[in-house]
Amino acid sequence: MSYQDKSVRVGADIGGTFTDVVLELGQEQFTAKVLTNYSEPEQAIIDGLQKVAQIAGVELEHIDQLIHGTTLATNALIERRGANTAFITSQGFRDVIEMRTEGRFEQYDLNLKLPPPLISREHRYVVAGRIAATGRELVALDEASLRDVAGKIRERSYESVAIGFIHSYVNADHERRARDIIVDEIPGISISISSEVSPQMREFERFNTVCANAFVKPLMASYLGRLVERFEAAGGRCPVFMMHSGGGLISVDSAIEFPVRLLESGPAGGAIYASDFAARFGLDKVLSYDMGGTTAKICLIEHRVPKTARTFEVARTYRFKKGSGMPVSIPVIEMVEIGAGGGSLAWVDEMNQIRVGPESAGSEPGPACYDRGGESPAVTDADLLLGRLDPDRFAGGDIRLETGHSKNALQHVIGDRLDMDTETAAIGICEVVDENMANAARVHAVESGKELAEFTMIAFGGAAPLHACRLCEKLDIDKLIVPPGAGVGSAIGFLRAPFGFEAVRGAFLRLSQFDADWTNRLIGELSDEAERFARAGAPQGELVREIKAYMRYQGQGWEIVVMLPNRAFISDDQREIRRLFEEEYICLFGRALDGLDIEIMNWSVQVRSPLESVAAVDPVNHESDGDSRESRQVFDAREQAFVDAKIYQRERLQAGERIPGPAVIVERETSTIVTSRYQAVRQNDGSLLLSRNDRANQNG
Amino acid sequence: MAKGLSNVHLQVMWNRLISVVEEQALTLLRTAFSTSVREAGDLSAGVFDEQGHMIAQAVTGTPGHVNAMAEAVRHFINDIGADNIFEGDSYITNDPWKGTGHLHDFTFVNPSFRNGKLVGYFACTAHVVDVGGRGFGPDGNEIYEEGIFIPIMKFAERGEVDQRLIHIIRNNVREAGQVIGDLYSLSSCNEIGHRRLMDMMDEFALDDLNELRNFIFDNSLGATLERLKNLPSGSFHNEMRVDGYDAPVTMKLRLDVSEDGVLADFDGTSGLSKKGINVPLVYTTAYACYALKCTLAPQIPNNHASLAPFKVSAPVNCILNAVHPAPVAIRHVLGQFLPDVVLGALHQMLPDTVPAEGSSALWNVQLGARPIEGAEAAADESLRNSQILMFNSGGTGARPTLDGLSATAFPSGVHTMSSEVTEHVGPITIWRKELREGSGGAGAQRGGLGQVIEISANQGHKIYINAMFDRCENPARGRDGGQNGSPGAVGLDDGSDLQSKGQQWIPDGRRLVLNLPGGGGYGDPHQRDRTLVATDIEREYIDMDQARGEYGWEK
Repeated sequence: MSYQDKSVRVGADIGGTFTDVVLELGQEQFTAKVLTNYSEPEQAIIDGLQKVAQIAGVELEHIDQLIHGTTLATNALIERRGANTAFITSQGFRDVIEMRTEGRFEQYDLNLKLPPPLISREHRYVVAGRIAATGRELVALDEASLRDVAGKIRERSYESVAIGFIHSYVNADHERRARDIIVDEIPGISISISSEVSPQMREFERFNTVCANAFVKPLMASYLGRLVERFEAAGGRCPVFMMHSGGGLISVDSAIEFPVRLLESGPAGGAIYASDFAARFGLDKVLSYDMGGTTAKICLIEHRVPKTARTFEVARTYRFKKGSGMPVSIPVIEMVEIGAGGGSLAWVDEMNQIRVGPESAGSEPGPACYDRGGESPAVTDADLLLGRLDPDRFAGGDIRLETGHSKNALQHVIGDRLDMDTETAAIGICEVVDENMANAARVHAVESGKELAEFTMIAFGGAAPLHACRLCEKLDIDKLIVPPGAGVGSAIGFLRAPFGFEAVRGAFLRLSQFDADWTNRLIGELSDEAERFARAGAPQGELVREIKAYMRYQGQGWEIVVMLPNRAFISDDQREIRRLFEEEYICLFGRALDGLDIEIMNWSVQVRSPLESVAAVDPVNHESDGDSRESRQVFDAREQAFVDAKIYQRERLQAGERIPGPAVIVERETSTIVTSRYQAVRQNDGSLLLSRNDRANQNG
Repeated sequence: MAKGLSNVHLQVMWNRLISVVEEQALTLLRTAFSTSVREAGDLSAGVFDEQGHMIAQAVTGTPGHVNAMAEAVRHFINDIGADNIFEGDSYITNDPWKGTGHLHDFTFVNPSFRNGKLVGYFACTAHVVDVGGRGFGPDGNEIYEEGIFIPIMKFAERGEVDQRLIHIIRNNVREAGQVIGDLYSLSSCNEIGHRRLMDMMDEFALDDLNELRNFIFDNSLGATLERLKNLPSGSFHNEMRVDGYDAPVTMKLRLDVSEDGVLADFDGTSGLSKKGINVPLVYTTAYACYALKCTLAPQIPNNHASLAPFKVSAPVNCILNAVHPAPVAIRHVLGQFLPDVVLGALHQMLPDTVPAEGSSALWNVQLGARPIEGAEAAADESLRNSQILMFNSGGTGARPTLDGLSATAFPSGVHTMSSEVTEHVGPITIWRKELREGSGGAGAQRGGLGQVIEISANQGHKIYINAMFDRCENPARGRDGGQNGSPGAVGLDDGSDLQSKGQQWIPDGRRLVLNLPGGGGYGDPHQRDRTLVATDIEREYIDMDQARGEYGWEK
């Protein structure tokens, strides 16, 4: 393998519209975009691979590593298109996944619909047997009734089985025994148990996670099996690795066992991509901002590590609202997603206010200017009317944008209603969508205890460069990077991800009763588990370990994550752990509290290969002012006026070329807007670095 | 274009102001100790103009503060005195009549100064863990027994916290560390609101909030009146009876609707209870307004102008307008029934719009666990005292085109707790927490199902329950031919009954069994779509007898 002594690595990302394939031959990068194939997703990858290999001049057999991420598992959950699945649970708890939190995620809607459970009641079976909170067996597992349930599973031809018992995160014996019995009765059946898929405390989240895993498992197993088969048939010789939600890589075999870990792996790739640029530019604090057709995603990255969480929500059913989806408790790169993309539709509410999204025009019919029958104004229509897009050069001239259609749509839906001209309506739409995104970013920063003004933004995705500069103004961010190749960011990100795994387990500990031996044993078990996964991809070499605890004051309901020292604990560490907790607590909430005990609810150990050192981008040492004879009128929201903006072609810019705002830097897929307050300098790697004029010289 | 542009500008500022108060609320939510704050969002936060009119309020989990807080700030301005308001001040009270209805809710107000000039106020309210007295429950005979009462006063002056006040509170409450922690959180969440407001005023170059406030009020009032304009005018009546504490309580309502506004008048409602289920008028107003807003203007944000057209009145010292010194600690039980009363009257005005009655009042399980003298705990546990609180919900009423929601809180915005976590809080075992089959009222749309909960003490312990359960005698009524939901029941696993109110010990070795009420049905059950009846049978939401008897199922 490898080609002419250069390594050959490939990243492949299946998205909703396109399948992106990126091949790296040594330092060189080649990309291909093919349409996603819904009936045979693996075929699009093979097609893309062959296409990109041909461009690069290599054969599939030269590939050293194929890394893949996909939204297929996410889509299967959103569309409820999975296996016929049975759920076996503890007697008395048949309805945990149906009763959810017993709350309503929207307080003022009398006709609220709650998302139905993934596995409906007639497919949920209970058996007697009970483990206590301490892990002791209270009631023995009723094995005879399990065999009866197995009979029903056979009789009703379930394709997959999930098992989730109360307190199994602390004692998994009943779940394991139940699995053995089911497998004994029905050899070869696909089966998932909650103590392996997600051994965290809180039954609703854990049961839902194991059900989600079982639901997509047959589908993903068959897809990944076919992918490997076709890849090998086409000449591939190397192992295939999968990107997981936490931003690391696992083997295909692990992915087949725990497909729920693949959820959101595409966006995770985007965050890794941004982290990599952060490292290249030596930035410790980065806000990644990805805006596509239907949503915008925001992620905080510090010291090259994207912020992670141990639980998240998929398949939200109600305007992206928190609580309207299903919780999945696995380690995940934490992203805020809001319904704000280029295709998001604008409307007027009953208080005569302009609203944007979350409904989207999608790619069909698309924004009104696409001339495919869309009659509602989308963000893209507003961008077009404000001079931010060039109607003749959109998508490299493949789609001609119809300004007239945009005007009509804005006039009908907004202008007539509010007695506004279309330009003002367009300004309104852009300001509202920018404000929505800025608010989401602000709230996320507050929740994370961070000051956004200290961050640098890295913007990618089709619509992001159009809105990023204005967003920086709103968030008081001085610097913005628009990297090159941002259209295939996720796939490039896959190539930068470490081999790694995060093992999380619920185990309750009062800090006043800290027991070093118990803690070391627990950390040891979690480390072994995480290392096993990491070693599948990185059999040799050093591994990095991080230990985290989810802690709170006794009496609170919200845990904060605290990084613990990476070493064996001694009994004296009680004080050190309290100190670390208080430090983090003060950082988040301003002050620590006296006289209260501290509880640890969940523990996590991450083991991964070290992040590769990256070549820093050389600072551009001589800057020259760019010039352009072309210009057009572009609205500047901060100046509240149309300004004369120079137009530049991104591919023609030289390293070090400085472009003062207001300007529009056009490229094939999108345009970067530089507002009057900022200037852009083209960097040696092709990135654009935008800085605020009044602060441009502060840090180079 | 100028006017259009300035409207766009003002709209963006309005959005930002709402985001400022949500940030304020979020800060509080994440640092609170009280279970009802963190699980139920039992808190509120808002920004006010310099006269004390509410400009924006965060949408939180409880309707109980909807406009209780809106009134509060004007009391503060009055009682502190305009000359005595300084930059860096923070004011406090838990006065049930000037705050939000019981001593457990503390309200804080901070003035917001810009360049030395007062531009407005931030206020927030949250339920704290303890206020002393008898502890949280209905058993007080007067407010004096329900805990410490802090009149409106300064918590901090010019940034300096009054340590004497802290000292007094610390010596009058249980869990003092948590309570004092919560008071500081309340004050600092107003401070965060203030800082964000200053950032915003910098960004938009504002010296005051007047223009923005006028814009918000004009648009909110205009939109609300627009909704009212299309309603049939007239008076509409409803009456509902619930179990009450020691005697049934009848809530009687007359709703006067005109194009200028809606008046909810509770004349004819039962008199005061001897126990703390009485409701101050501020709280009655909050829940009555919530139901009106849900039905008539759900999309319009809460502020002084959007709430102005909704008025509530009740005779002094009826149970919905209890005055000092009536006990009011658990005013939320009746408060949570008020939307059912209001919706019943609205139904006469707007048929096919509102749901049938539901379980409505939460079944909060408050347990105390004590070691049994001389007994031993299981090998891996130790003996301990503890207090355990769980929020649980029955079924909601069926809607005109949708079934009711099973085991879901309405009107409260509460979430339940994880059973696994609760078992770490105290020495109990939860044996069952699942849907109560057959409990939803039959109808063309079925009422939501209640739930069944079974709990026992762990080895070496005994437990008691502070029961505060309703709808055991008076089930949720169906609408338009829909049948009633099942009433609630409180008992033991040997089949014996317990009282639905008051403290009771669970005999050793027995399990407490709670059957939570179902929601009422909507429309004739015989008209229910047959495929839905078949699904209900398959999922065991109903059994075959019910299917045949109530729904006319013939297979």
